[in-house]
Amino acid sequence: MSASVLYDVPGPRARLRNNILTLVSFVLVLAVAYVLIKGLADKGQFDAKMWTPFLEADVWKNQILTGLIATLQAAALSAVLALLFGVVFGLGRLSDRAWIRVPAGAVVEFFRAIPLLLLIFFVQAFPATASGYTVNVPAFAAVVIGLTLYNGSVLAEIFRAGVLAVPRGQAEAGYALGLRKGGVMRLILLPQATTAMMPAIVSQMVVLLKDTALGWVIAYEELLNFGLKQIPANFGNLIPSAIVISVVYIAINMVLSYVATVLERRSRRSNRTTAAPVQAPTAVGVGAGGA
Amino acid sequence: MESLLDFGPLAEEFTTILAGFWATVRLSAMSALLALLLGTILVAMRVSPTPVLRSVGTAYVNVLRNTPLTLVLLLSALGLSDTLQLTFSRDPGVNYYWWATLGLSAYTAAFVCEALRSGVNTVPPGQAEAARAIGLTFTQTLRLVVLPQAFRSVIAPLGSILIALIKNTTIVIVAGYIEASSVMKQMFDDYGGTLPIFLGFALGYMVLTLPTGFFFGWLAKRMAVVR
Repeated sequence: MSASVLYDVPGPRARLRNNILTLVSFVLVLAVAYVLIKGLADKGQFDAKMWTPFLEADVWKNQILTGLIATLQAAALSAVLALLFGVVFGLGRLSDRAWIRVPAGAVVEFFRAIPLLLLIFFVQAFPATASGYTVNVPAFAAVVIGLTLYNGSVLAEIFRAGVLAVPRGQAEAGYALGLRKGGVMRLILLPQATTAMMPAIVSQMVVLLKDTALGWVIAYEELLNFGLKQIPANFGNLIPSAIVISVVYIAINMVLSYVATVLERRSRRSNRTTAAPVQAPTAVGVGAGGA
Repeated sequence: MESLLDFGPLAEEFTTILAGFWATVRLSAMSALLALLLGTILVAMRVSPTPVLRSVGTAYVNVLRNTPLTLVLLLSALGLSDTLQLTFSRDPGVNYYWWATLGLSAYTAAFVCEALRSGVNTVPPGQAEAARAIGLTFTQTLRLVVLPQAFRSVIAPLGSILIALIKNTTIVIVAGYIEASSVMKQMFDDYGGTLPIFLGFALGYMVLTLPTGFFFGWLAKRMAVVR
């Protein structure tokens, strides 16, 4: 309970005060909700014709589900590719050889430091320009490549942090038993690091899934495109449609976040690893400090 | 082919590019301020002894944190501004600036709230218990013991959030306000998608994010609580 640091166990007077506060805030919340709903209703946003499209099976089948599948396809493919990218560059950054470590570090830091949208624009525009406008990069490919490079770089940091989170004695014990570098990594560090970094990886998947919405900018037809362009174009119900679409996003992401929390709790009391759960990496330059 | 490696467009459009990045800075600064304000209010709600306020705060954070920023900004610009005709100004530039800022800060506030809350949670309960044991009142405990430790431990996470915010201003392109990423898109359309243009803009963002990152990293280390 987070409040325990802040408050004593309430006595009779504090309980009375808390009850009054609860009542007052309840009335305030109701008032705010009333103003919002009244405002929307006055603009006709609760008219039946705004919402009935979402009772039709066709709208769900042909638009929302089609969009959702496109979103999930982009997310799933980028997730797999980003994991591969992350493993390669994360382990590359841990290499003892400077000629592997330094370039891997530079790549990871570069892609983490620039906005994802610039990357997506460039991935789409560069091949077209370089080929004299004969090659056309599909929006799907541009989204997937952009998401892979950015999230792969973040995952590389998570992998590195996971391996570093295993106490040094583990690797030393491995060397003492006569294992080589590869054996220590494969048999001792990676199995323990995997348990420690699973929660952070799943949390990053939430970021990845949300970022597929950037496909809007280059007209990739995913959930957001159907929800805020195509459905409103047919029914003129932008705000109801946006609300429905956000509920879909929120539902999926909350399930993913819940999985991450469960994994974190499990890894915290797991006896399969000596490493503490890995936190999401801080931004470039901020360094290892922080929570 | 040599046009692919031409840095000329960057020099030619230099003033436009600078204007774009100035818009990025304006968006980031105002959104950071509003997000910090809103995030502080939210965290006060989330740790308050009042269940109603706690659940409203939790609901806000869960909704905004799990919605794509693109959707938030589109809802501000297309939904609230264009469909509902809630406008800040007749001047579309000013109007979209404020809607973009509100969208960005509403989204970022959820992350600020979570960072601040985890900061309060890093303070060991023994600290508050010791404070009460020596007879400090509730406000004294908060002001002298808990909050100073909590604030110091959230400097680095807040720095990360600020950098994410600066990078997220690129998405304002969907809300109709011209900043650096829309300038780059325009230049890609005018001059073609060349490496120098991309690298120039990437460098521009790094000039904004890297010093911010180093500053917050330095500050976090300097202010770290030794336990």
